[in-house]
Amino acid sequence: MVAQIIELQSVNKWYGEFHVLRNINLSVKKGERIVVCGPSGSGKSTMIRCINRLEEHQKGHIIVDGTELTNDLKNIDAIRREVGMVFQHFNLFPHLTVLENLTIGPIWVLKKPKAEAEATAMKYLNRVRIPEQASKYPGQLSGGQQQRVAIARSLCMNPKIMLFDEPTSALDPEMVKEVLDVMVGLAEEGGMTMICVTHEMGFARKVADRVIFMDRGEIIEQNTPEEFFSNPQNERTQLFLSQILH
Amino acid sequence: MTTATESLPPPTSTTGPIAWVRERLFSSPLNAILTILSVWLLLMSLPPFIEWALIKANFTAATSQECRAGGGACWAFIGVKYRLMLFGLYPYDEQWRPLLATIILIAMIIVSTIPRFWTVILLPIWVGGLILVSVLMWGGILGLKYVEDTLWGGLPLTLILSTFGIAIAFPFGVALALGRRSKMPAIKTLCVLYIELIRGVPLISMLFMSSVMLPLFLPEGFSIDKLLRAQIAIILFAAAYLAEVVRGGLQAIPKGQYEGADSLGLSYGQKMGFIILPQALKVVIPPLVSLFIAVFKDTSLVVIIGIYDLMQSTKVALTDPAWRGFSIEAYIFVSMIYFVFCYSMSKYSQNLEKRLATGHKR
Repeated sequence: MVAQIIELQSVNKWYGEFHVLRNINLSVKKGERIVVCGPSGSGKSTMIRCINRLEEHQKGHIIVDGTELTNDLKNIDAIRREVGMVFQHFNLFPHLTVLENLTIGPIWVLKKPKAEAEATAMKYLNRVRIPEQASKYPGQLSGGQQQRVAIARSLCMNPKIMLFDEPTSALDPEMVKEVLDVMVGLAEEGGMTMICVTHEMGFARKVADRVIFMDRGEIIEQNTPEEFFSNPQNERTQLFLSQILH
Repeated sequence: MTTATESLPPPTSTTGPIAWVRERLFSSPLNAILTILSVWLLLMSLPPFIEWALIKANFTAATSQECRAGGGACWAFIGVKYRLMLFGLYPYDEQWRPLLATIILIAMIIVSTIPRFWTVILLPIWVGGLILVSVLMWGGILGLKYVEDTLWGGLPLTLILSTFGIAIAFPFGVALALGRRSKMPAIKTLCVLYIELIRGVPLISMLFMSSVMLPLFLPEGFSIDKLLRAQIAIILFAAAYLAEVVRGGLQAIPKGQYEGADSLGLSYGQKMGFIILPQALKVVIPPLVSLFIAVFKDTSLVVIIGIYDLMQSTKVALTDPAWRGFSIEAYIFVSMIYFVFCYSMSKYSQNLEKRLATGHKR
């Protein structure tokens, strides 16, 4: 049996009266790379934000690496240590330098010594190819650089799972590639479970094991990228693809 | 390869002193009128004031008649009375003690403003300073004569009330602000109640309550020192206002910052202490310092319960029958003292804002 690292079982969520997630069932294998797409407001972001409890689901079960997400703060903390997240708007800490952004989690959550945390941070800054920016503040970097720092910040926590919430949507067009390159590198290295909400279909074709299409809070269709793009089954998927692939 | 166009200097008509005058002082008819009016007001008021305060002033007179004869300001009055104004009714021969206490307090404050000292080292400095100041002011040990705190007065008293008022109200106010934004209804309600109740009452009535009503509630034979009661009233009062200022800062921090901290697995304390509060407090430095300045000046309200702060000891100095009628000089002197302290705070806050700027956009 292949280990399922993430299990969503009949997950439902409402914002007030609005039913934002409808009976979501999803199993993710260890090391699997998943791209989630769909029209805006379809619940994609909400779904992945439920996985590290930035949003609370109201019905169903979410099990991450064998731990169920409940109101138990201990479980939430344990899961957040395993799950890294990259946000649309980076959410770097503007009052801390790049290096401090990268080491605050390892030092305080993982209780690593400062020197070790800084060495790890520099390793990942090298990997996202901006080691020379270590002592700058996020506000002094371009959007693409900030997002790469944000990816490095998540990697410094040595997570088993990485969630990407539209990581390139807030970037100027010329900066999208530098961020995608880093993500492709991460995916091709293997071993990391990745769930990416993105509209970058080139990225999906290149690295995804599975593409999931969501609309109005439901998972409508999921398939391998080849099948998904060449032979979409549902008419809503067909409509969506015709709108974004011009 | 083509080179980029060279950048040119701006046209001279938009720079230089003449352009500055034209742009800033005479840019429109209304602006020109206001400029001329201001210059006229300055010409009308400044020369007579300088004549009174400096040219015709008397700095050395031995009696009030002699002092008044010149028709100008009588600064000799300050020379005769400054010790009463600065130290109130504190025994004359022991006044080196409040002077030293004042210097220690000011030194402590200055050290605390230097970022290099923003570590745990401040704790022993403040505890040690507090003990030193208490020993100096009260005495009773080390061969120092015991001085009851009802005799304390003047500048050291104002500094003690405002320094400890601000220093203790600050963490208390931050806790209240966090409590008011808490998701736990009991804590939230308690904080809201506290803040709204205290803000709904003038400081004077809090001082009255602490001095008149509080003893009624306490068991017989149990009493809290009058000065301490005033200090507590000031702390409780300042904390409520501080809480609202800090809450304003907390609300200015985007939700993404909380989520960023959460996604790293930081605990509530770490999230607030390292991520949210440093940013929130930075945003509210200007209103925070305004509040500190207000607390500093509001300590003068303790006269209402018979404590001789800087303002009140000045009034006492004016009652000497041999030196009647120099209230303008006396109040200018005290105002200058208040001004030096308040202006320093304001200047420091501007520096702090500049130093803490990290060029973040959103």
